[in-house]
Amino acid sequence: MNVNVANRAPVGAGNGIVASKRERTQGATLSGTARAGHSLHWARRFAREKSGMAGLLILATLAFLAIAAPWVAPHDPVTVDPRAMLASSSQQHPLGTDNLGRDLLSRLIWGGRWSLGIALVAGLIIAGIGTLVGIVSGFVGGRLDEVLMRIVDVLLAFPSLVLALAIVGTVGPGTINVMLGMAAVWWADYARVVRAATLRARADTYVEAAQSCGCPPWRVLTRHVFPNVLPTVIVLATFGFGGLILALSGLGFLGLGAQPPIPEWGTMLDDGRPFFQRAPQLMVYPGLAIAFSALGCNLVGDALRDLLDPRLRR
Amino acid sequence: MSTFVLRRLLYLAPVWVGISFLAFVLATLAPGDPARMSAQELAGRPPTPVEIAAERERLGLNAPFPVRYVRWLANAARGDFGLSYRSGQPVTAALLQRLPSTLQLAAAATLLAMILALPLGVLGAIRRNSPVDHVTRAVAMAGASMPSYWLAYLLILVFSVRLHWLPVSGRGTWQHLVLPAVALGLGSAAVLMRLTRAELLETLNQDYVQTGRAKGLSEGRVVVGHALRNALIPVVTMTGIQFGSLLGGAAIVETVFAWPGIGKFLVDSISARDYPVIQGFVIVAGTAFLLVNLAVDVAYAWLDPRIRLAAAS
Repeated sequence: MNVNVANRAPVGAGNGIVASKRERTQGATLSGTARAGHSLHWARRFAREKSGMAGLLILATLAFLAIAAPWVAPHDPVTVDPRAMLASSSQQHPLGTDNLGRDLLSRLIWGGRWSLGIALVAGLIIAGIGTLVGIVSGFVGGRLDEVLMRIVDVLLAFPSLVLALAIVGTVGPGTINVMLGMAAVWWADYARVVRAATLRARADTYVEAAQSCGCPPWRVLTRHVFPNVLPTVIVLATFGFGGLILALSGLGFLGLGAQPPIPEWGTMLDDGRPFFQRAPQLMVYPGLAIAFSALGCNLVGDALRDLLDPRLRR
Repeated sequence: MSTFVLRRLLYLAPVWVGISFLAFVLATLAPGDPARMSAQELAGRPPTPVEIAAERERLGLNAPFPVRYVRWLANAARGDFGLSYRSGQPVTAALLQRLPSTLQLAAAATLLAMILALPLGVLGAIRRNSPVDHVTRAVAMAGASMPSYWLAYLLILVFSVRLHWLPVSGRGTWQHLVLPAVALGLGSAAVLMRLTRAELLETLNQDYVQTGRAKGLSEGRVVVGHALRNALIPVVTMTGIQFGSLLGGAAIVETVFAWPGIGKFLVDSISARDYPVIQGFVIVAGTAFLLVNLAVDVAYAWLDPRIRLAAAS
């Protein structure tokens, strides 16, 4: 559902580019210090967005815990302890244990590595393919554009999770399959939006100027069009990352993602299902972790969109 | 209007062919050799290479890829997606039999989302930055970030297990519909509310709203009759997209509530490696989504005469 929120983003973000464009093209000719000041300007403006900063704080905390898992997790996430099965919270196990006596808090912390890591890799693949296809499609145009956009139409003719679910269901479960299944489908969203942004950028006078000065097409593409499409990609990727975390954990919940004993949040929810009446913590906490990750992305995405969208500026 | 619908249908035809191609390719991704599996089933023991070759010939798997696709498409166009491995029942019949359950659930969830989203979105826009606005936006943000299946379990825990108000799972009475519809619809409500608010804020800045106020219309007339009508166009589109997503998103929520729709059928078929059903599901879901989008386009044209007239000329 977050993708649908994201679908809205480009409309505004695209307009945002127009405003930042002049500053950016100037920035390209300015010295390094000026460029650093330029980024600082945007960082300051972002810092003023309270909800965006809250989202950033959530994401930073989750990322820190995931990276520092070996040092901050109190126990090993896969060590089974038959003496402490389904224990409630205690000094030794702050959030209790699961049906195999594994420490829930440790599994959650290690789970961040898997859940966020899988989403990050999938997100990078998706954004990469989508941006490439969109920018090429918009810039080259003609037959190629026609063919690529018809493929995009077909992929977008499915509700977001359905096709990925069918692909992973057919190929078989597993971490890699889940990432590739999502990537095979979700790049289409990016491609369509990036194409629109490319078309707008291509029609601008500075691109025409560069072209009439004899700038080769690949240089126009990389130095003039791409930097102006980038804000759109960033806003889209931020929302998209939240949507990916939800979708990937959904696949994990259906038993299609990372396989036990890997502590992926969606898989943990699936594992906790049979015990959820006796030990609701097994389902409550992994779900909270997923929800907070998605919330962080949505908050940051909202703030970025407001920042890049002059219509919503106050 | 009929020209408009016809044009849209013509545009959808190539997309549908693409969907069918995707569904066909999907089956080739399935691990295992269908000829071997089929031969094993016929023989009831590990088949000999000769038997496998004969079965491959009989199933037409030796034909080149394009020929197999066209043959398959000819059957698919007649609504024949083969037989379920599990039940031996025709896939189409099995899917169509379960489709009404899913439509009922998705419709209930969409209705709930609209009932929640429209008034709250309008309220947020006309009372911008008031406490009501802040609270509803925060709740919407949380709603959009929650995994629906997780929400489903929390609802079951509170309303079924603890309070015994509503049944845990199954389909039958209206009480069975409440929890799945809430679990499924809340996320959509959040999306639609945010959109309604944003679009209404935008239209409230338009000149015709100023004009309406200047000529002395009541604020209610201005908001409902002038601004909201224009703000609703993107909301209608999004409602259609949401309804389509719900048809698909239902897969997980249906599984949680043992709701006998096509989503649960898909998940069960995935566990059973029942590939013809997965293939059929892709086509049915894609087609349903296309038809929903068509309906949205028609609603769009009905709401906005400019689109209708542009299409007719």
